[in-house]
Amino acid sequence: MSELIIPERRKQSFGRWFKQLGWKHIVGLVVVVYSLFPILYIISTSLTDMGGIDNGTLFGQMTLKNYEELVDPNNEFLRWAGNTIFIASVTSIGSVFLSACAAYAFSRLRFQGRRAGLLSLILIQMFPSVLGLVAIFGILSALTDYIPAIGLGTQWGLILVYLGGSLGGGTYLMYGFFNTVPREIDEAAKIDGATHTQIFFTIILRLVAPILAVMALLSFIGTSSDFVLASIVFNKSEQYTLAVGLGTLIDDPHSKNWAMFSAGAVLAAAPIVALFIGLQRFIISGLVGGAVKG
Amino acid sequence: MTTVDPMSDKKALKARAKAQKKLQEGGSPSLKGTLIKIAMLGLLDAGAMFLAMMLIMKEEWGFTALLVAVTLVINYIYLKPGGLPAKYLAPGVLFLLAFQVYVVFFSGFIAFTNYGSLHNGSQESALDAITQSAVVPVEGSSTYDLKVVKNEDGALEFLVTDFDTTKVYVGGTDFKADPFREVTADPGLKIGEDGMAESLAGYTRLTEEEISAKGEEISAMKVPVGADINTDGFLLTPDGMTAEMNKFDAVYDKASDSITRLSDGVVFKANQATGFFESEATGERFDIGWQVMVGFNNFARIFGDEELRGPLLGILLWTFMFAIGSVLSTFIVGLALALLFNDERLRGKKIYRAIMILPYAFPAFLSAYVWKGMFQTEHGFINQTILGLSPESGIPWLEDVGLARVAVLMVNLWLGFPYMFLITTGALQAIPGELTESATIDGATPWQQFRLIKLPLLLVSLAPLLISSFAYNFNNFTIIYLLTGGGPGGDPTLRLDAGGTDILITFVYKLAFGGGVGADYGLASAFSILIFLIVGSISYVTFRRTRALEDLV
Repeated sequence: MSELIIPERRKQSFGRWFKQLGWKHIVGLVVVVYSLFPILYIISTSLTDMGGIDNGTLFGQMTLKNYEELVDPNNEFLRWAGNTIFIASVTSIGSVFLSACAAYAFSRLRFQGRRAGLLSLILIQMFPSVLGLVAIFGILSALTDYIPAIGLGTQWGLILVYLGGSLGGGTYLMYGFFNTVPREIDEAAKIDGATHTQIFFTIILRLVAPILAVMALLSFIGTSSDFVLASIVFNKSEQYTLAVGLGTLIDDPHSKNWAMFSAGAVLAAAPIVALFIGLQRFIISGLVGGAVKG
Repeated sequence: MTTVDPMSDKKALKARAKAQKKLQEGGSPSLKGTLIKIAMLGLLDAGAMFLAMMLIMKEEWGFTALLVAVTLVINYIYLKPGGLPAKYLAPGVLFLLAFQVYVVFFSGFIAFTNYGSLHNGSQESALDAITQSAVVPVEGSSTYDLKVVKNEDGALEFLVTDFDTTKVYVGGTDFKADPFREVTADPGLKIGEDGMAESLAGYTRLTEEEISAKGEEISAMKVPVGADINTDGFLLTPDGMTAEMNKFDAVYDKASDSITRLSDGVVFKANQATGFFESEATGERFDIGWQVMVGFNNFARIFGDEELRGPLLGILLWTFMFAIGSVLSTFIVGLALALLFNDERLRGKKIYRAIMILPYAFPAFLSAYVWKGMFQTEHGFINQTILGLSPESGIPWLEDVGLARVAVLMVNLWLGFPYMFLITTGALQAIPGELTESATIDGATPWQQFRLIKLPLLLVSLAPLLISSFAYNFNNFTIIYLLTGGGPGGDPTLRLDAGGTDILITFVYKLAFGGGVGADYGLASAFSILIFLIVGSISYVTFRRTRALEDLV
């Protein structure tokens, strides 16, 4: 019987196939076009050599002029990219380390106020940093008077703000991961005479190393995409991050340079998109935990 | 020997207890670990000492005490044996306290002050700024030809020639160091053809480029002509070429806490309720104030100010529309796609999925700019290429309030549908297949299966994420600010700059950092607190209802 059915299925009419699956491909194509066209548009604009945006057709022109100009050492773009990479790297490494320490305490040690501490971490995290803008600005401008190295207009000042803000969510996520490491492992090490620092650095952190890396990369993506905090902290163009700097290419009505902006946007987005696609699996599981943007 | 010596038994017990305790405390520290710890603490203490010295020099006793206290606590935590939780929590908690908890409380504090560009600091600094800027020319005094010169220390001084008497003087801003003195008879003085001093030995004259480069510094210079700047007056230059005698017009009297304007005798009394020097007689005030507590004034303004009420209601309504609209539109599209693609037989699912994730992977701030470019009326990609409109008949996407709102929602749909697709796919796959199977056997149509079985189950598992998405979009600053800047409409020169697509958070940002009439940090912070309360309570109630908070710990 079944041998008879299989060839029959293969020969099913186009109409039936279309009714069951084919129309889904059409919807899929529409969605693909919808998802892609803004991205194709910006790639296409980055390849034109006019300053404006009036390119009627996609890929009507192909020149790498804008890219060459951007990576010219005289252009500030490379500087912005450098600033962004520096700030995002330090922030991601710092926040992962701080969160890991705190998560270790919550996961492995028992102390008074543990539950309350975890809950308040989550609650404090709900105050979005955008709402604290005025206060953050006030704190940094006060710091400028006493410790200029971490005041307004400094990369370290911004890094400190990011570190403070990233801690709550990071700790909570990491707490979940640490709980998946069997407690017997560190108990065995303890009996063998390992100190708590040895257990933390050489056992637990090693075991969750892949997750630490993923979290650092996610934090990198988030930090390098931040616009609002960076825009209030920096006021000189040589200090800008990409998020703030690229906007200045098109904000000035007299010297809008969409082609240049597009090239910069493509260069800035490419690594982030690549990271994102590479980390897809982790991001999706993190999303279900409500972790990243959204 | 089976008998046990009671003494040695006790010893053994004690030793065992000690070992047990050590285990609890995390073993005995290694020499290397101890050395690293001490070295790091030493570095930290050295840094703290250095900072403390700086703070002491600035006479900031409060901050010094705080710094010393924090340093001592850190040292105590790390030097004391045991107390492991504190050792691991301290670094994170320190950052959390400084840049998150403190930010929350500081926002709350600012909300009760009039902090803003008009009330920027203490009364002393306001007083200083007022008296320094309130100057009047001394009537009947002579005017001077001016050459700006640099003395041997590099400080700027005025070399002036009295137009009437042709007497020549030189002097700097600090009367003690560079006193104003007559140098008419100085052998090093060179007089030009016009009878005015040209140069003086020991001083270098500034070139014209230097003068224009240091224009601000030079026009702020006050060169006292006597030891007491208040009674003797000082020279000011309006143009860098001539100088004239001026005197302070505003004189502060400490006893009555008031400023008297000498030119017309009006008295401005310090008003600690408003943070301004105000005159009862004329109703005038100096526009440089200081920070005072204003109680619930900022909140009262939010709810009572007629001028605020109109735009605020519109903004609040639109903020909810935007947040709810964004969640609904992305959820519906994401859900539809998830149902569609959740099909074993469909080929190429992975490719579709990889492309669909792109809008979500593309940094949002860049997407906002890209869409802004595509929505341009005259040569934008959407009007010109997709809709085939000529530049003259283009749809004014971002220039009309209704269209701009549609545009913002469209962009947010593009940004957000992949996220909803991903999470609903995940949740759909978690629904047990038996449920739909048995429903099919019972004769339920696909629509009934979806409406009565899948959707309720999906909503249960996705509710917390939908709420977070609502909270996120309620404060989705980036997309609004970068796409429309809150416009169309809205005028940064007005006191309240509210545009057609402004949501609460962009409105607050403009209040504080808009650079229009004047920043009002107090009012902005009051708004921030209210927004937090709105979003926080909505989230709390819904999280409670979905019991998400209960299984957190």
